[in-house]
Amino acid sequence: MTEDNRNEEETDALPEPEGATEIIDTDYEVGQDNISPRIGPFGLDIHNPVFVVSGLVVVAFVIITLAFQNAVGPMLGDLRVFLTSTFDWFFLIAGNIFVLVCLGILVSPLGKVRIGGADATPDYSYLGWFAMLFAAGMGIGLMFFGVLEPAYYFATPWGDQPLSGQLGIVEGELVDPAAVEAARLSAMAGTIYHWGLHPWAIYAIVALSLALFAYNKGLPLTVRSIFYPIFGERIWGWPGHIIDILAVFATLFGLATSLGLGAQQASAGIGFVFGIEGVDESVTFAVILIVVITAMALISVLRGLDGGVKRLSEINMVLAVVLLGFVILVGPTMLLVGQFFGNLGAYLSEIVALSNPVGRDDDGFRQGWTAFYWAWWISWSPFVGMFIARVSRGRTVREFITCVLLIPTVISAIWMTAMGGTAINQMIEHVTDSAVYGYVVEAYVPELSLFGMLSELPMATVTSLIAIVLVMVFFVTSSDSGSLVIDTITAGGKINAPVSQRVFWVIFEGLVAAALLIGGGLLALQAAAVSTGLPFAIVLLLACYALIRGLMSEPR
Amino acid sequence: MYRKIAVPVDLFHADQITRALDVAADLAGHYGASLHFIGVTAETPTAVAHNPAEFAQKLEAFAAEQGKRHGVAVSGTARTSTDPAVDVDKVLLRAIADCGADLVVMASHVPGISDYLWGSHGGHIAAHAEISVFVVR
Repeated sequence: MTEDNRNEEETDALPEPEGATEIIDTDYEVGQDNISPRIGPFGLDIHNPVFVVSGLVVVAFVIITLAFQNAVGPMLGDLRVFLTSTFDWFFLIAGNIFVLVCLGILVSPLGKVRIGGADATPDYSYLGWFAMLFAAGMGIGLMFFGVLEPAYYFATPWGDQPLSGQLGIVEGELVDPAAVEAARLSAMAGTIYHWGLHPWAIYAIVALSLALFAYNKGLPLTVRSIFYPIFGERIWGWPGHIIDILAVFATLFGLATSLGLGAQQASAGIGFVFGIEGVDESVTFAVILIVVITAMALISVLRGLDGGVKRLSEINMVLAVVLLGFVILVGPTMLLVGQFFGNLGAYLSEIVALSNPVGRDDDGFRQGWTAFYWAWWISWSPFVGMFIARVSRGRTVREFITCVLLIPTVISAIWMTAMGGTAINQMIEHVTDSAVYGYVVEAYVPELSLFGMLSELPMATVTSLIAIVLVMVFFVTSSDSGSLVIDTITAGGKINAPVSQRVFWVIFEGLVAAALLIGGGLLALQAAAVSTGLPFAIVLLLACYALIRGLMSEPR
Repeated sequence: MYRKIAVPVDLFHADQITRALDVAADLAGHYGASLHFIGVTAETPTAVAHNPAEFAQKLEAFAAEQGKRHGVAVSGTARTSTDPAVDVDKVLLRAIADCGADLVVMASHVPGISDYLWGSHGGHIAAHAEISVFVVR
C-alpha cells in the first residue's frame, strides 16, 4: 500500500504534456556519474559503479564457477529446478499479464502515441527493423528448437506432453491415425505457445518501456529509466545501479552461455555434415568457433549499428528465408500450408488451457518447459528489449506492438510448422527409421535434430551447411547487439561512448564463453542466468505499471 | 575568397573549442564570409539535449550567440545519427557537402578528453572533405 501511495505522489509530480512529448523533468544529466579513465592509448567513458561492479562481479563469478564447478554446478541446477517448479504458477501468471497488457495497449487509444514524439520519423525500414529484432531476440532458439521441440512432444515417452496429451508414437509403433493427428496438433500448439505471443510480449513490454522513457521522456537509454515513475529521483542512486548491474549480468551471462552452447551445436553440425568423428566432443574446435564468431562480432560493432549489425541481420534473414522456403518447397508443400492454419487454430484454441497457471497435471511440460522458457525469455529481455527500443524510434505504439508481438508470432508459427511439421511428417512416414526419431527419441542428441530432419530432404549437404552458417551468424548478431547494449548500460545510457569500450565487451564475452567451455560450468551459468528470471519477472510487472502511466501522460 | 565557413561543433565541449571558434570568426570577418555551425547528436537523450528537436534549438541558440559576439552572419545544421560513436564523421562530411560551404574550420584534439572526440575527427574530415579544411590545434 505504501508503494502505491508513493507512486501516486511521484506521478502527480510529473508535469503535464506540452509540445510533442512529455519530458520528465529531472536534475540528472546523462553521463553525470561517468568517469573517463585512460588505459594505455584507450580513453574510456564509463558509469562509475555500474561498469566497475558488474565487471568485477562477472570476473569473480567466472572464477568461482570454474574453481568450484562440482559444487556450484549442481547447486545452481537445483536452484533453477526449484524456481521453475515452485514458482511455475507465478511465471505463467506474469506471462499472461504481459500478453494482456500488450493487447490492451494495442486496442486502446494509447496505441496512437508515437515513440520519439508526434513528429518523429522511423530510422529503419520495416524489413531492416524486423531483421534486427529477430536476429537479436530469437533466431538461434528457432534453429535449435524448431525440429526438437515439436518432435519431442510428439514422440518422447518421458511425460512432458502439453496438457498431458497423447503420444503419436508409442514404443516405436504409430498409434491410430486420429490419435496421431491429435498428438501432432497438440505438439505444434504447445511449441507455438512457447514461441508465440508470450515471449514476444515479454520483449515488447521491456522494449516499449525503454523506448518510451528514453525517446519521449528524455531519460537516459538504460534499464533503470523505466522505473522513474516508481522510484523517482532515487533511481539515479543505488536502486538504479542494482537494476542496471542485474541487466548487465543477465545479458552477459545469457550471451556467453548461449555462445558456448551454440559453438558446441555448430561443431556438432560440422562433424555431422563432414563426417568428422569426435569434432562435437572437441573443446578446441568449439573454442576456435567462438574465436571466429567473436571476430565477426568485433567487425560488426566496429562498423556500427547501420554498417555492421543491421547489414548482418539482413544477410541472416535472407539465409533463414532461403532455408525456410527450401524446406517448404521440397517437402509436402500443400500439406504444410494446410497444417499451418490447423496449427495456428490449435494454438489459439488451446492458448487459454496452456496458459492456465493452476489445477493442471502436466508438470513436465508446465514446469520443465513453459516456466523454464518464461524465465529464459525474461532473463534475456533487458538485452533484447533495449536493442529493440534503440531501433524503434518513430513508430507508433500500435505499429510497434503489431510488429513486435503479432507478426513475429505468425512468423514463429510458420517456422515451427515448416521445421517441426516436416520432422513430424517424417516420423509419421518412417516411424523408427526416421533420422529425427533417432536423434530425439532413441538417443537424445538435441543439437543434431535439425540436421537429422534436413538429411532426409534433397541436397542435405547444402542445406545443412546453410544451417550451420545460420547458427553462427545468428550468434554473431546476438553477440554484437548484446555488446552494444552492455556498452550503453555501463556507460550510463550514452550511445556515443568510445568505440574501444564495445570492443572490450565483445572480447570479454568471447573470453567468458571460452573459459567456461574449457573449464566446464556453462550449464551452471546458464542456470544462474535463468535464475535471474524470477526477480526480473517482478521487476517487469512493475514496469507494466510504469509503462501505462508513462503512456497515459503522452499526447496522443 | 571564402563565402561560407562550416564549423563542426560538439555542444557538450563547446567551452573547449573556443580557439577554433575564434579562428573561424576571424576568417569570416576577414573574407566577409558567413559561419555555418554543424552539430551531430544521437537520437537518444544526451547530456546536451533530451531529443533531436531540443538539440536543434540549442545549436541555433549557440549559432546566434556566436554571431552576436563576433558580428558575423551565422546559420546552423543539426543532424542525427543512430550510432554516433562510429558514424559521426560520415554524417559530418555529408552535412558539409550539403551546406555548400567552401572552407571547414574545426578543432582538433582537445587534451583531457577521451580519444574519440574531435581530435581524430579533424584528421578524418581533412582527409575526406572535398573542400579546404583548417584544423585548429
